[in-house]
Amino acid sequence: MADGNDHILKVSNLSVKLQNQTILDNVSFKLEKGTTLAVLGPNGAGKTMLFKALLNLVPHSGEVAWQEKVKIGYVPQDIAVKDIPISVKEFLSFRNGSNVGSSLSSVRLEDKSLLGKSLGFLSGGELRRVLIAWAIIDKPNVLLLDEPTSGVDVGSEEPIYVMLNELKKTNKITMLLITHDIHIVKEYSDYLLALNKCMTFFGESTEIKNPSLQKRIYGETVCVGMQEQVI
Amino acid sequence: MGSIMVLEKMALVGDALSHVALPGLGLGILFNFNPFLGAFAFLFASAVIIWHLGRVTKLSFETVVGALFTLALAIGILIVPKPELLEALFGDITKVALLDTVIAVVVSFAAILLTKAIYKKIVVGMISEDLAVSTGINVGRINLLYLLLVSVVVAIGIRITGTLLVGFLVIVPAAAARNVSSDLLRYSTLSAMFGAISSASGVLFSSYLTLPPGPLVVFSGITIFFATVLIKWKRK
Repeated sequence: MADGNDHILKVSNLSVKLQNQTILDNVSFKLEKGTTLAVLGPNGAGKTMLFKALLNLVPHSGEVAWQEKVKIGYVPQDIAVKDIPISVKEFLSFRNGSNVGSSLSSVRLEDKSLLGKSLGFLSGGELRRVLIAWAIIDKPNVLLLDEPTSGVDVGSEEPIYVMLNELKKTNKITMLLITHDIHIVKEYSDYLLALNKCMTFFGESTEIKNPSLQKRIYGETVCVGMQEQVI
Repeated sequence: MGSIMVLEKMALVGDALSHVALPGLGLGILFNFNPFLGAFAFLFASAVIIWHLGRVTKLSFETVVGALFTLALAIGILIVPKPELLEALFGDITKVALLDTVIAVVVSFAAILLTKAIYKKIVVGMISEDLAVSTGINVGRINLLYLLLVSVVVAIGIRITGTLLVGFLVIVPAAAARNVSSDLLRYSTLSAMFGAISSASGVLFSSYLTLPPGPLVVFSGITIFFATVLIKWKRK
């Protein structure tokens, strides 16, 4: 069990090995309730595997201790909906038929005509919001989001993070999100976990502005420019 | 079941799996017990082997079934007596006794109820296995149950259409329904309807024309399939 009332998650010496290959090695961190942890790293760094280990979807060594009575909602990066004739309403009703309307409102999808639309015909942004609606429909206190704007147009990404930020504040949710976007780390997270098969950094997200940390994560300094976002 | 197999892109698995029943049918004929029981026993055992091999080797169901069905077909052709081989391959509705029909109806009803119970879980697993497992769905167990239900459905259909054509019952009605469905309820309902209409009309034509029912069931179903292709094409 995680120690203390403030820590909703405690991870100690977490390692994942698959087919004799080390995917993640010796990751340790604690997460405070109500905060957002951004997980950053190059492709193949073990970010998705970290989430799978936290959800106990893969065998792992080390300790993953969630606080008691924690309820987790999960939004995976890869899903296959193109060839499945399933409507938004049917998909969400699989989870909880009575909360479909309220969960769609929470992700700002209020157009009722969307309910009968097939998942395969949604835009990238709509599909991501529907997946988030799925994840929050049972009112979790933790959300794990694996690249929540994957497949979404560049201009439509920021509104999704704004929506997630509001969800976090309204519903007092602790969030863990995988992202490649340093701007998102800076603007929408409290803590940063940088991975490259092992833990290269854990601390406050504001540290990402530090060129030496960027070099450690990416091998070179990244330009984290000031972006004006129209929301 | 066919609606799930088409979505899982396992349509040809359903066809190949029917050939696995042949040795069981042959043993039933040779040793004078109900061939349906022989067929089901072989299909059931094969389903368990396929499920286990798939988990251990990580090969797709399609690959494992492909390996097994050719072996089963070879064994079946060797052990099924020649006079009965045609009946096993193409079915013979005149040999279906009242007891067989009652068993088929009861078993089908149970299969429908079980399929209804696991349908949503299978679909969530198709969308994302991680999503399914994270919401508490035991994907391994559901996949095994699904394979067993396919075995039951195939074993029932074999008596009428035979091992060579029973795959049609699994694939074509669902493929036809897929052409004209945008949600699961419509898709699963139309799959079942098209299957029932194909079977009933094929058997009716067979009694009027005194021809084997299997091929006529297929012709009925294919007609429905091409009609839905036309509808889909017109909608574009």
